[in-house]
Amino acid sequence: MFHSTSRGRRTVLAAAAAAVVAVGLAACSSGGSGAASSAKEFTFLAINENSTIPKVLTSLSENECAAENKALPLKINKQAQASLDQQLQLLGGQNALPSAFVSPNSPDLLKELDGAGKVADFTGTDVEKSIVPVALSGVHTLYDDKTLVLPTELNIEGIWYNKALLEKAGVSEPTSWESLKDSFATLDSAGVQPISAAGKGGDGWGVTRWVGAYIYRTLGPDALKKISDGSAKLTDPEYTDAANVIAELGSAGYFGPSPSSIDYATALNQFLTGQAAYYYMGSWAVSAFNDTEQNKIGADNIGFLPFPAVSGGAGSADQTPANVGTDIAFSKSAYDGDEKVKSWASCIAANYGAAALREGQITGFAVNGDVEVPPLTQLVQTEIADSGETVQWFEALFGPAATTASQTNGGPLGSGQLTGSDFMNTVQSSLGN
Amino acid sequence: MKSVLSDKRAIGVLLGPALLVYTLVMLLPMLWSLGYTFFTGSVLGGFDFAGFANFARFWNDPNSGPAVLFTIKYALLVTVGQIVFGYLLALLYTFFLKRASNVVRTLVFFPVVLPTVAVSLLFQKMFEFAPQTGLVNSFLNGLGMESVDWLGNPGTAFVVIAIMDIWRAMGFYGVLLYTGVIDIPDDVMEAARLDGAGTFSLIRRIVIPLSWPVIIAAGIFSINGTLKVFDSIYALTGGGPGTSTTPLTLYMYRTAFAGGDYGYGSTIALMLTIMCLLVTVAIFRSTARNSKEFS
Repeated sequence: MFHSTSRGRRTVLAAAAAAVVAVGLAACSSGGSGAASSAKEFTFLAINENSTIPKVLTSLSENECAAENKALPLKINKQAQASLDQQLQLLGGQNALPSAFVSPNSPDLLKELDGAGKVADFTGTDVEKSIVPVALSGVHTLYDDKTLVLPTELNIEGIWYNKALLEKAGVSEPTSWESLKDSFATLDSAGVQPISAAGKGGDGWGVTRWVGAYIYRTLGPDALKKISDGSAKLTDPEYTDAANVIAELGSAGYFGPSPSSIDYATALNQFLTGQAAYYYMGSWAVSAFNDTEQNKIGADNIGFLPFPAVSGGAGSADQTPANVGTDIAFSKSAYDGDEKVKSWASCIAANYGAAALREGQITGFAVNGDVEVPPLTQLVQTEIADSGETVQWFEALFGPAATTASQTNGGPLGSGQLTGSDFMNTVQSSLGN
Repeated sequence: MKSVLSDKRAIGVLLGPALLVYTLVMLLPMLWSLGYTFFTGSVLGGFDFAGFANFARFWNDPNSGPAVLFTIKYALLVTVGQIVFGYLLALLYTFFLKRASNVVRTLVFFPVVLPTVAVSLLFQKMFEFAPQTGLVNSFLNGLGMESVDWLGNPGTAFVVIAIMDIWRAMGFYGVLLYTGVIDIPDDVMEAARLDGAGTFSLIRRIVIPLSWPVIIAAGIFSINGTLKVFDSIYALTGGGPGTSTTPLTLYMYRTAFAGGDYGYGSTIALMLTIMCLLVTVAIFRSTARNSKEFS
């Protein structure tokens, strides 16, 4: 057949080639849908690990922001936090960011998105006026004095403790790093695991938070800023000494027999079921503390201790680690190009604070109206109100690669497998400065 | 059919679409990736030409050396394990179970069809140390021994990964090698037996040499698969504890996708490709030598 009809052959060949090229081109061009075409919906990219933001946004869409929702219906998509940065990079590169999204794990990436003109800047707008000063200060520290995010959380961090376990072991509330360290030894010899900390995979920040807090207390509140601007290195002796102190806690077994096997949920569960005395965590965990299903030790049995001062150190205990936690950013093209998206942003800024507080979540927004909150939430509100200077977490000013290197190596540091020097070498090599 | 296959245009029509698709979805991305190795930057900030800077960085990167070493160590151990255990299974099917081997073959092959993530979760639970005690540690405790933090230490985590990936794939290699072993003519085996060859002598002098080509093919399959291991390690240990069980593939993934550094990520991928190429060429050369020895 092919011998006899050369025209037929050419036709078949051309048709086949055209079909393949068409399929190929269709495949190549399929990425751009939904870029700024979100005029029909207010799309929000949430993360699986945070249920509060979708819940509050849904509540707003049904109540305070019902008019905005009618004009531009809310549509929430979710994905794993671990791959959020990757997703945002790809969407940003394709001009396909949703109207709003949970900001990247690495603040550095949001700055990069801003540099590429992809995220809205609320600096000087009415939206910014709804943000309380302490939260705005935290946002500006992270994003070079720009308001690139809406602070849907406002957290302080510190050491939560089980009052009954301390009392049973004859330990009073520590007032200095030295007395805290002594209490670890006392608790350990009494058969109580001193600290609950996650260190499995990327949850190693449960341990690296201790490193960061200790650095701030020994070297002062600008210690990690010096790392990000290159005027100091994590491999400098004073930094490796700090990491070595935490590694020694790990070698002594104070973080438990195997922090590398413990993820975030397990560490929280250990503390809330009375299996460990101390738990360094942000105040976002208070919603779990207030949940009687999860908290088996009782909310009134939990105390809060700001990370204590280290004798002879340049920092002090009133320099509170604070952050805006899981916050949200807006796509610049959606915000600038669509009044309906702007209305949504204004409505969120005006009403999110009270709506979230009803869920037990403290935010960086001013609260319009009175909301009754549990005692632990009140305690956090008081701590926030009383906090003086704020500091960030260990990886706050690192890029994505160094953040990953730090958090994946936190577990081995907390189990004493990695020395402080090796840990700092690994993270420094990923910083690229 | 002969006339169709001798017609160049017919061959073009038959192969053209497939080649075009292959070019679009394989060759072009590969060339694109090769191009990235000479650039730094990101999809957001744009790319700048960097010459051979990424290659120099790979050479000086304190994380790349351990990743290369882990990849080689893993590939060698797991390939040997998969082929040796696969071959032992093939011998078991052929000489001991014979016609009754169908059920055993199906059972041993079963892990091959299980999703990798499911197998990894199974092994995570079996070798769990904390917060619950897994099956293996319960067994050790029953014998009066201390629990072992299998996945929390680099050495033991490597052992668990190796056991899992050998167990998971040996059924496949068992079937593959079985086809080579049953292909050996019965009269050759019978002649050897009449000449007084015992079981081990028969295997060493007849079965292995005659099934050597399929062993080599299985070896190439296995080494290329193990050099490119990703999913099982990602699901079982996530490359940890720390980065102690991070192969080049996982390091490449984290660099390119989590870190957004496509230039350096592509350089790591290129290095892995070169490794696969070198190993395959080395195996082919040694095959050629061995074939001459056996013939």
